Amino acid sequence: MKKYTFTEKKDTRSGFGAGMHELGKSNPNVVALCADLVGSLKLDPFIKENPDRFIQCGISEANMIGVSAGLTIGGKIPFATTFANFATGRVYDQIRQSVAYSGKNVKICASHAGLTLGEDGATHQILEDIGMMKMLPGMTVINPCDYNQTKAATIAIADYEGPVYLRFGRPVIPVFTDADQKFEIGKAWMVNEGTDVTIIATGHMVWEAIQAGETLAAEGINAEIINIHTIKPLDDEAILKSIAKTRCVVTAEEHNRIGGLGDSVAQLIVKHDLVPQEYIAVDDSFGESGTPAQLMEKYGLSAVNIVEAAKKVMSRK
Amino acid sequence: MEIEQLEKVASQVRRDIVRMVHGCQSGHPGGSLGCADLLVALYFKQMKLKEEDGKPVFDMDGKNEDMFFLSNGHISPVWYSVLARKGYFPVPEMATFRKLNTRLQGHPTTHEHLEGIRIASGSLGQGMSVALGAAKAKKLNNDPSTVYVLMGDGEQQEGQVWEAAMFAPHHKVDNLIAFIDLNGQQIDGPTVEVMNNLDLVKKYEAFGWEVLTIEEGNDMAALLKGLYEAKSRLGHGRPIMVMVHTGMGFGVDFMMGTHKWHGTAPNDDQLAAALGQLEETMGDY
Repeated sequence: MKKYTFTEKKDTRSGFGAGMHELGKSNPNVVALCADLVGSLKLDPFIKENPDRFIQCGISEANMIGVSAGLTIGGKIPFATTFANFATGRVYDQIRQSVAYSGKNVKICASHAGLTLGEDGATHQILEDIGMMKMLPGMTVINPCDYNQTKAATIAIADYEGPVYLRFGRPVIPVFTDADQKFEIGKAWMVNEGTDVTIIATGHMVWEAIQAGETLAAEGINAEIINIHTIKPLDDEAILKSIAKTRCVVTAEEHNRIGGLGDSVAQLIVKHDLVPQEYIAVDDSFGESGTPAQLMEKYGLSAVNIVEAAKKVMSRK
Repeated sequence: MEIEQLEKVASQVRRDIVRMVHGCQSGHPGGSLGCADLLVALYFKQMKLKEEDGKPVFDMDGKNEDMFFLSNGHISPVWYSVLARKGYFPVPEMATFRKLNTRLQGHPTTHEHLEGIRIASGSLGQGMSVALGAAKAKKLNNDPSTVYVLMGDGEQQEGQVWEAAMFAPHHKVDNLIAFIDLNGQQIDGPTVEVMNNLDLVKKYEAFGWEVLTIEEGNDMAALLKGLYEAKSRLGHGRPIMVMVHTGMGFGVDFMMGTHKWHGTAPNDDQLAAALGQLEETMGDY
C-alpha cells in the first residue's frame, strides 16, 4: 500500500476559495456570484481584490442561476456559489433550462455537500445532488477529495467551456494530494495499485478509502484505490481496466446510494464487464444533526465500512 | 422605418403567426398576435442591431448591439416571424415550426443554434434574471448598448420574477428595459380570476423601478412614443419597466380578448377567416 501522509487538515471549501483567489488574478473574465454565504464559500480574498467582479445576489438562488446564465452572453465565466442544497434541488429547473439546455458556461460551485455539514441537519445536508446534476445532458460533475484537489479543480474548470457542477464540503480533512497537481477533468487518479479488490471513491470518502486500504493491506489484501473526482464524464477506461484485474468493486460516496457514483459504476459494469459490486453510500435516507464524525459512523461511511464491504465483495467473486 | 411600413410588417407577422400555428395544429396564437406590434417596433425601429449589407449578423455574445430576451417563450411564433422577416434566418423555415428535426422548436432554444436566440425559455419566470446577467456583462465589458426583455402578465406569478425585480434596482441595472405584456389573460382564464396580480405598477415602483405605461400596445405610434420615452430614461441608475397593454389575439376578431386562443390552433376555416382580416404585405412563406 502506497503511503499517504499529511501535515495539516483543511476544508475543501477553503480550497475552492484559494482557487477563486488565484482565478481573480489570472482570468479577467471570471465573475463570482453568491447568495448570502460569502464567508461560508471563502470568497473574501476574491472579493477584496475584484469587487467589480463579485455579484451579491442575496437569498435568491433562482435569480442567481439566471443572472449567471446571462453573464455568459458577453463572454463572462460566472461561478455561482452557495450551499449544495440550494445550488441544485432548489434551482433544478433554472439550471435545466437556462444553463444546461441553453449550453451556458456556468460553474455551479456548491459547498456543504453531504452529511458532513453536520449540526445543521437534514434540511441542509443534500445527498441527492450528484444524481440530479449528472442526469442533466452536457453537465460535468466534479467532487474533489481534499483542499489541494479542490483548488486545482476550481482553476481547471475556468478553462473548460461548458456547464460544471463542482461539489465540496465543510469539514476539515487531511490534505494528502500534491499542492501543484494538474487537474484533468474526467481523468481518474490512481491512488494505489492493487490486485484483489477495486475501491472507487469520490470526495471526502477518498481519505476513508486510503485508511481502509491500509487496514486491508495489514490483513494481506491488496486493494486498488481509484479517486473518481469527475463523476461525469466518468473515466470508463480506468474503471474497466481495474476491474478486469480485480474482478470486484466497492464504490464509496457521501451521497444517496440511488443515483450517485455507485450507480454510474454499476451502469458501466453491467454493460461491459459484470463483476460483484458493493455500495458505501447513504441507504436512501435523509441525514440528521450531529458531528461529521458521528454522522459518517452512523450512516456507514467510514473506513471500517469500506473494509467490510471489500471483504464481502471479494467473497462474491 | 415609418409607422405605415412598420404596420405592414406587423400585418405580415400576424399572418405568419396564424399560419405557423395552423401548420402544426399547435402553439400559442393569442399572446403572439398581441405582441406583434411591440416586437416589430423593437426589431425594425428601436433596437441597434449588428448588420452587414442590410442583413442582421448574429453572434451569441452580441457585444455592442442591443439584445432582446423573450421570457414568456410560448409566444415563440411572433418572435420566429419577426426574426425571419428581419433576416436572421430564411423566411421559408417558418414552415418547419414545431416539427421533428427542426430549429423552430415549440419554445425558443439555443440548442438548435437558431440565429437570434440566446437562451432557452418556456419554463416561466427565468428570462428577466438572464437579461439582468446579460446587462451586467455589458457593463463589465463597457458596452453601452441596451438589453430588452419581455415577460407575460401571468408570468408575474412566478417567484423568481420578484427575486429579479429586487436584484435589478439594488445593482443599478440601468441598461435594461423590461416589458410586461398586460393582456389580462392566462391559460385558465382572466388573470384577475386565476391569480390577481393587483397593481403591478405600484409593485414595481415599490421595488425601485422606473415604471412607464403604454396604454395602446397595439398602436404603432403609441408604442414608438413609449419606447422612445423608455430609452430616454436609460443610464440614470434605475432599471426601466414598461407596462404594455395589449389585446390577446389582436388583429383577428374572433381570437381577441379571450384566453380561449392562448394555446389553440385554428382549423382550416378559421385560418381562412383570420387571413381575410390580415393584409399580405411581404409575401407568405
